[in-house]
Amino acid sequence: MSLIDSLPRVRTLRLPRADGLVQWIVPLAIIVLWQAACSAGLVPSRVLPAPSDVALAGLKLARSGELFTNIWVSFWRAAIGFVIGGSIGFAFGLANGLSELSSKLTDTTLQMVRNVPHLALIPLVILWFGIDETAKLFLVALGVFFPVYINTLHGIRTVDPQLIEMGRIYGMSDRELFTRVIFPGALPSILVGLRFALGIMWLTLIVAETIAASSGLGYMAMQAREFMQIDVVVLSILIYALLGKLADSLSRLLERLTLSWHPAFQKR
Amino acid sequence: MQEALQFRAGTEVLDSRDFVEQARALRRQPDAAHPGLSLTIRGLRKSFGDHEVLRGIDLHIPSGQFVAIVGRSGCGKSTLLRLIAGLEPCDAGTIAFGEAARTEDIHSEDIRVMFQEPRLLPWARVLDNVEVGLGRARKSADAQARAERALGEVGLAEKRSQWPSVLSGGQKQRVALARALVGNPKVLAFDEPLGALDALTRISMQRLLEQVWRDQGFTAILVTHDVSEAVALADRVLVIENGRVAHDIDVTLHRPRQRGSAELARLEGAILRELLKGGEEQIGF
Repeated sequence: MSLIDSLPRVRTLRLPRADGLVQWIVPLAIIVLWQAACSAGLVPSRVLPAPSDVALAGLKLARSGELFTNIWVSFWRAAIGFVIGGSIGFAFGLANGLSELSSKLTDTTLQMVRNVPHLALIPLVILWFGIDETAKLFLVALGVFFPVYINTLHGIRTVDPQLIEMGRIYGMSDRELFTRVIFPGALPSILVGLRFALGIMWLTLIVAETIAASSGLGYMAMQAREFMQIDVVVLSILIYALLGKLADSLSRLLERLTLSWHPAFQKR
Repeated sequence: MQEALQFRAGTEVLDSRDFVEQARALRRQPDAAHPGLSLTIRGLRKSFGDHEVLRGIDLHIPSGQFVAIVGRSGCGKSTLLRLIAGLEPCDAGTIAFGEAARTEDIHSEDIRVMFQEPRLLPWARVLDNVEVGLGRARKSADAQARAERALGEVGLAEKRSQWPSVLSGGQKQRVALARALVGNPKVLAFDEPLGALDALTRISMQRLLEQVWRDQGFTAILVTHDVSEAVALADRVLVIENGRVAHDIDVTLHRPRQRGSAELARLEGAILRELLKGGEEQIGF
């Protein structure tokens, strides 16, 4: 049987109920192997503590409340920074996608700023804001701004002009044209921007917290390094992975909810 | 004479459904037996850059007539249609509908266009796509009922809550037709609406177009490269060459027309010969 023959068969063999579990097989297997390697003494615990030790460290931090306080602080910073940067990026994307004047006026400037790595601004931001909340929010907002801006702009620019012409023939007002044709047409691209932005949001926050903070997950990891608590360092890294996965699932859920018309998201 | 012929053809095949539809159409349009608008074009010119696409078109289309416009690609037939539909401004000349001039006095709702692509909103259900065709009336209380009726007329009532992406090409075009019909247009312009469909779907779509045209009585303008389609559907075939109306041919065959009949074939052959001759002159044979 040729490869092409086998393709649709692979699709029908998919087990829809198990889908949610299948994706966890590989991470679980890694943890099991890791535990086995540590228990067998293949990996010294100074280099990499066993998952059980990491779990114990997590339990201890959870009991003292420290863990949840830090997660909450980081989550709050991420969310606020995301909302600020995302809204501004979305607004500029809309404005520059819809108005030629606005685009001429601001796009070049924004593209120049975009090419400065925003993490390179950390020294400047610390000088401006100290290590207080504003510094982190500023960096997260700046990091989130660009993917949302670029993808909103791209989405609006690439809406099928034939559909826009159709909308005009059928007497849609500018407002209707936006809500019924342009925005839905740009939405897939906007959501791609959102997904990128969520990734950059965690990245920026963790780096900022590692360098300059007195609370949060990044700070927790840096403190642990000071006291050689490698289990807490590993715990922090695992939490980043989980939070990243959570953000990704959230954006997938959004896609499924809003793009159900799209052939790629229709259930077979 | 044309009018009489059309009227006779209209009454011959009136079954009860047609009758109900026509009665309804008359109630909606109490002012005229023919809801279609007549169309008068004088001295119409259009250039794109240095290239003059239309070089002075003069044309009168009576109310309710079905006109087909044929020509080689690039002859300006689609441009003519876009000018009539008001999608582009003309350089010189006038287009008048009924008694009124194009721009001010005509409701844009009276003129609808169907394109080669269905141009359905992929993110709107089929019924919502049809509702788009109501224009400003889409907020009225009976909007949904009208959209459902239009969808029924094209035979897709059961697809009302589907996404367009699951429909076949022919079904999408039927939804586009329902969207064009739902607002009871007085002029319906078709720009190669069946060009992308397979042969069998095309024939059933032609029948559907003819049927809704007879039910509703709008003035129909069909741009096509398919001469057999033109003679099968139209009262009159205009051949455009080099930006002018080169031939104006009345098709006085009875409806419904038998596809593959000798008369249709003879007429089609004659028009094709003219088209080819014009083309050969153009490229210097």
